[in-house]
Amino acid sequence: MTLEELRKLRNQMKTEVEKRETAGKTIQVIVGMGTCGIASGAKETFNTFLKLIDEKGLADRVMLRQTGCMGLCAHEPTVEVIAPDMPRVIYGDVKADVAKEIVEQHIIGKKLLDNLIIDKPAADIMAKK
Amino acid sequence: MIADITQNSVEAGASHVTLECIQFPDEFDVTVSDNGSGMSRETLMKAEDPFYTDGKKHPNRKVGLGIPFLIQTAEETDGSWDIASEPGKGTTVAMKFNLANIDTPPVGNLPDLFLELMTLPGDYDMDIHRTDKAAGLDYRLNRNELKDVLGGELESAASQILLKKFIESQEA
Repeated sequence: MTLEELRKLRNQMKTEVEKRETAGKTIQVIVGMGTCGIASGAKETFNTFLKLIDEKGLADRVMLRQTGCMGLCAHEPTVEVIAPDMPRVIYGDVKADVAKEIVEQHIIGKKLLDNLIIDKPAADIMAKK
Repeated sequence: MIADITQNSVEAGASHVTLECIQFPDEFDVTVSDNGSGMSRETLMKAEDPFYTDGKKHPNRKVGLGIPFLIQTAEETDGSWDIASEPGKGTTVAMKFNLANIDTPPVGNLPDLFLELMTLPGDYDMDIHRTDKAAGLDYRLNRNELKDVLGGELESAASQILLKKFIESQEA
């Protein structure tokens, strides 16, 4: 692929993105990609999200971000999902099959996956108050 | 490991980071250089200690493992490492891994690594150069150029899907 081909592909997608962003409908998916996350398979998780978002035609609505360790290394890979009109939650043990559930149930279905929520980052990683 | 060291550069406030990955059949040479905050000689010596951290990233943590992991891996596997740094000017980390040593970790998926490093939070430019003569590979990526081509942002899944495809196409 050349840069020109890449530009063309992007332009095809672009107008749609701008429309949604101004409407405040963007969903953020944040994958913990610290050493602990990557060791637990966060890259596969990240790639699964990318693939599913592409397949389900959600590319124009989802922002995929990466962050470092959230201090929940025992439950890596961790993924935070911030969707409009829904509480922001962190999911733990997000392997590829769980990533699929998050896309289908949380992002598309607007339902939380209750059993996989692990609340908020660990105390030792938060800024001192 | 390459990800951690390169992320250090971005977090050191660098506006420009260069990553060179030169692969040979039995050797993998990686150099990361940045124009970030740099470290004094004393700080650099302390950074080699896993129980040292400047405490800025995670104020309540007592460890900093990026550089110590690099040192440990290089020393255990007949590789080498070198860090040159100057406060205010930047840091260069050079790593050489012996791929013939059975204890050397696998090189891993470099296109995925490049995608990860190009989409870190922050405003920075990045040049990546990868060569692998045996595989017939020699390509360069520039973050600002790709960002511009992708409509000025790399955060949307749309940009990242295309960026991933683009980087992977360079591997063919």
